[in-house]
Amino acid sequence: MTTVRIPVDTMAWIGPYPFRELPHPEPAVLVRVLEREGIGAAWVGAMQAPWHRDPAPSNAWLRAQLAPHAGVLHATPCVRPDWPGWERVLDEAVARGERAVCTYPMQQGIAATGDALPALARACAERGLVVRLTVRFEDLRQRHWLDAAGDLTAAHVRALVRADPRVHVVVGGAGKELLEETHWSLTPAEQARCWWDWAWLWGPPEDQFTALVRGLGGARFVFGGHWPLRLVQSPIAVAALGASDLPAVTYADGDAISAAARAASVR
Amino acid sequence: MQPRHLVDPHAHFHWAGSRDDFARYNASRLAAGDRMGIRVHVASILGSWGRTSPTYFASPGDVTAGNDAMHAIAAAEPARVRWWVHVNPNHGEHALVEIERAAARGAIGIKLSASRRADDPLLDPVCREAARRGWPILHHVWQHRRREWPMQEASDALELARLAARHRDVRFVLAHIGGGGDWAHTNPAVADHPNIFPDLSGSGVDRGMLDAALAMLGPRRLLWACDLTLCTGLAKLHALAHTGIDQAALDDVCWRNAVRLFPAGALGLREDGTEVDA
Repeated sequence: MTTVRIPVDTMAWIGPYPFRELPHPEPAVLVRVLEREGIGAAWVGAMQAPWHRDPAPSNAWLRAQLAPHAGVLHATPCVRPDWPGWERVLDEAVARGERAVCTYPMQQGIAATGDALPALARACAERGLVVRLTVRFEDLRQRHWLDAAGDLTAAHVRALVRADPRVHVVVGGAGKELLEETHWSLTPAEQARCWWDWAWLWGPPEDQFTALVRGLGGARFVFGGHWPLRLVQSPIAVAALGASDLPAVTYADGDAISAAARAASVR
Repeated sequence: MQPRHLVDPHAHFHWAGSRDDFARYNASRLAAGDRMGIRVHVASILGSWGRTSPTYFASPGDVTAGNDAMHAIAAAEPARVRWWVHVNPNHGEHALVEIERAAARGAIGIKLSASRRADDPLLDPVCREAARRGWPILHHVWQHRRREWPMQEASDALELARLAARHRDVRFVLAHIGGGGDWAHTNPAVADHPNIFPDLSGSGVDRGMLDAALAMLGPRRLLWACDLTLCTGLAKLHALAHTGIDQAALDDVCWRNAVRLFPAGALGLREDGTEVDA
């Protein structure tokens, strides 16, 4: 089976998950997994951050954990755009050369309407930081009864992407319906600044992935493995099974998205 | 490390009565299966898959039509496809007639979905028929069902375990530990029921799921499978090799346990991996 070249995993975390045991969510293990699967680097968030009121401690913890693995694991700090002084997270990310920041509107109680998401979009766009969103961490059917946040909505994604013509957004864990709703509710220029991973799109026999790549183009898709929650082999398998139906398709590269975000910020 | 063979004991197909693009869907399954190395798909069709009666409460007419379609696919693909006869135990006499009819047309097991709770006495005649024929039963399971879900009367592992305890001479395949719900609940629920064999299929690809099942149940109790998503089956196949199991255990999970479960020779393989027809 054909393998797909994966320069960057844009959707990874380290650390404990509040609702179930994750085997070995340590950065050294992630480095070994990336090497085993032929993935060059990863954008890594702190797994506990979405459920903390103040993300600052988990950001400090994340950076300390990843320091020995600089060059392979890129810290992706968490920002909560309704928290006092939240812009400082972005300034520190820029100072450290980080590529992206994560935000978790559902867990943080950030509405799709209102000022918070547009403000975050503008602030990230000005600084050349990619905004990383995660639709879900687990299947709705297995979620812990205290995990009542719900899946990210298309309205949240739209609010971010539309807020600034320079903002670059990567969305992980979207299903076919959310992806299609969002993509086709954006202008072509807005669509071009929004990327999707395919971790929750299915391959054969339903062939959602193949159909979406044919319809939207491979350039809209970027790899996200969702480690340590899910088997990183899964999106690799989806791409491998679809490869014979998608000859010569090139997917987006996290490094290129980051470079584009930086370039847009100085225009 | 690769298994010597690969058998998918939890597969499904479609037909003209269930979706318009059934031919594309079925061809996609077989083509992807070939790429993955699947030797045999043991499949069922659940009536009209909701088109003319609910998927999990299929009408007798839809059950029969679905089984006819499934038989036709198996007859057209004798090398790659075997089949489970699907029955709805709410229509008990019809279920037994369907089993008899399917046996004459080459079915090798019984598929129960979510038409009636697994521990309901209405399932007993179906189980007795499975025992008489030496057939396994593949039972749809919601892992740790904590409430009722619409359009199905789903069962969880505890409920299937009660049925299995009543029918110790029947081998039950517990469907898709990755198919929804809390898989961590299932392993301890069936650990003391050696006639229950969970399959690994389903869209769920949580890290830790394979390791936990192997640790609690061991490789002789588990069946690699795909259900509706071959991609997640392929991911789990690749991940199994990194769980620390050896070649013999990988072969158990990927095909040998299936060979043991079904009537002798039904999959065209012997336990030693040689072909029955060779």
